[in-house]
Amino acid sequence: MSPALPLSTLQSFSSLGDFTGQGLACRRGEKLIFRGLDFTLPPGGALVLIGPNGSGKSSLLRLMAGLTPREAGTLAWDGTDIREDPGAHRARLHFIGHSDALKPVLSAGESLAFWAKMRGQVFGNIGAAIEPALAWFGLGNAVSLPCRYLSAGQRRRLALARLIAAPAELWLLDEPLTSLDSDAAAQLLTVIAEHRAQGGRVALSTHAPIDLTDATRLSLADFRPSPTESAAELLA
Amino acid sequence: MSAFLSLVARDLRLAFRQGGDAAMVIAFFVLTVVLFPFGVGPEPELLQRIAAGIVWVTALLAALLSLERLFQADYEDGSLEALALLPLPLEAQVLAKCLAHWLVTGLPLIIVAPLLALLLHLDPAGYPALIAGMVLGTPTLSLIGAIGAALSLGARRGGVLLSLLVLPLYIPVLIFGVAAIEAEIAGFGARPDLLLLAALLVLAVGLVPFAAAAALRLALE
Repeated sequence: MSPALPLSTLQSFSSLGDFTGQGLACRRGEKLIFRGLDFTLPPGGALVLIGPNGSGKSSLLRLMAGLTPREAGTLAWDGTDIREDPGAHRARLHFIGHSDALKPVLSAGESLAFWAKMRGQVFGNIGAAIEPALAWFGLGNAVSLPCRYLSAGQRRRLALARLIAAPAELWLLDEPLTSLDSDAAAQLLTVIAEHRAQGGRVALSTHAPIDLTDATRLSLADFRPSPTESAAELLA
Repeated sequence: MSAFLSLVARDLRLAFRQGGDAAMVIAFFVLTVVLFPFGVGPEPELLQRIAAGIVWVTALLAALLSLERLFQADYEDGSLEALALLPLPLEAQVLAKCLAHWLVTGLPLIIVAPLLALLLHLDPAGYPALIAGMVLGTPTLSLIGAIGAALSLGARRGGVLLSLLVLPLYIPVLIFGVAAIEAEIAGFGARPDLLLLAALLVLAVGLVPFAAAAALRLALE
C-alpha cells in the first residue's frame, strides 16, 4: 500500500500566462525534423507528445527546456521569450530525459538529496524534502542502497522522485513510463494530476496510451516536412 | 552559494568513493620522477640542475591524466544534462567542478612535490618557490584542463585529443613555475615569476568558466 502523497510537498503556482510555442522548427544535423509547430500550455495544462520514433518528440522537449537551439519560431513564457532570461526558465522547469542521471556509488537518498539541494531546496533537514518523494515511489527501503544495485525500474522511479523533492512549475518528461510497472505508472499519473491541480504544467512524450484528463495531444508526425519541402531545401 | 558547495561536496564524495583518481595521479607523479635518475644517471650535480624542470613537467602530465574524467562521467550518465538545466549557471558549476578536481589532484601534487624534489637533490633554497609556484600554478592547470575536457566530450579518443589541446596551453605555467625556482636559487628572488603565475590564475578563473560552459552547451545540443 503506497503512502498518501503529502500535498504540502507540492507547491502551488500562481503564474497565469501561457507557455507557448509558435512556428517552431528543429534541425538535427542536416535534417529538418519538424517545422511550423505551434502549442499552448496554460497553467494546469498537459501536453502529450505522440508520434513514431524519430519524429522529434525528444527534440521538442529539449527545445522547450532550452537545451537545443531552435531553427525557427518563438518559445515564450507569459509573452516573454525564454531566451531573454534563461536562468528564470531553468529555475521553473524539471526535465527528466532518457538517462536517469544517477551515480553508481551514491545511495538513492544521497542522489535525490543532491538534486534537491541543487534546486535550492534548503529545508533545515533535507530529509523532510526527500523522504516523502522516496516513499511515494516505493523507494523507502532503498534510501541507503547504492544506485548500482537498483533495477532499471527503481532507477526510473528515483529520477522521477526529483519531481516531488524540489518544486518546479513546468515538468518536461521524456517517455516517463519507460521501465515502470503498472503501480509506479499509476503513482506517476497521480502526481501529475496533483501537480496540475496546483497550477503546474506538464509536457511529456509517450508511446504507451496515457490517461490524462484534458490533455492536449500533439502528433509530431503532422509537422514533418513533406518530401518536396526537404528536396527544395536541399537545393536552396 | 549553497548549490555551488553542494556540487563541490558531491564531486569530492564521488572521488573518495571511487578512490582511483587521486591515488593514480600521485602514483604516476612519483613513478615518473623516479625514472629520471635511472635514465640520466644518479650524479647529484646533474639531477640538481634539472630537478625543477622534472618536477614541474611531471606534475603537468600527472594533472593531465585525470582531466579526461572531469565531465565525461556526468556526460555519459545524463547528469550533465540535468546540471545544465539547474538554476545555478553552468559557468559557476564549471568553477565548482574545477575546485573539486584541484582538491583531489592538485593538492596531493603540492604535498608530494617537495619529497620528490628531495630525491632529485633540489637546492634547499628552491623549496619555498617550488611550493608557492605549485600552489599558484596547479589550480590554473585544472582550470585550463577544463576547457580541453569540455571540448573533447563525445570525441573518440578524447584523451589524446585532450592532451593535444591542453599541453600547449600549459607552457606558460611551466615556464614561470620553473623560472621561480631557478631565480630563487640564483638569488634574484621568485617574486616576479610568482606574480605572473598569480596573474595566469586570475585570468583562468575569469575566462575559463565561460569558455568551458560554452563548450559543454555545444556538447549537449
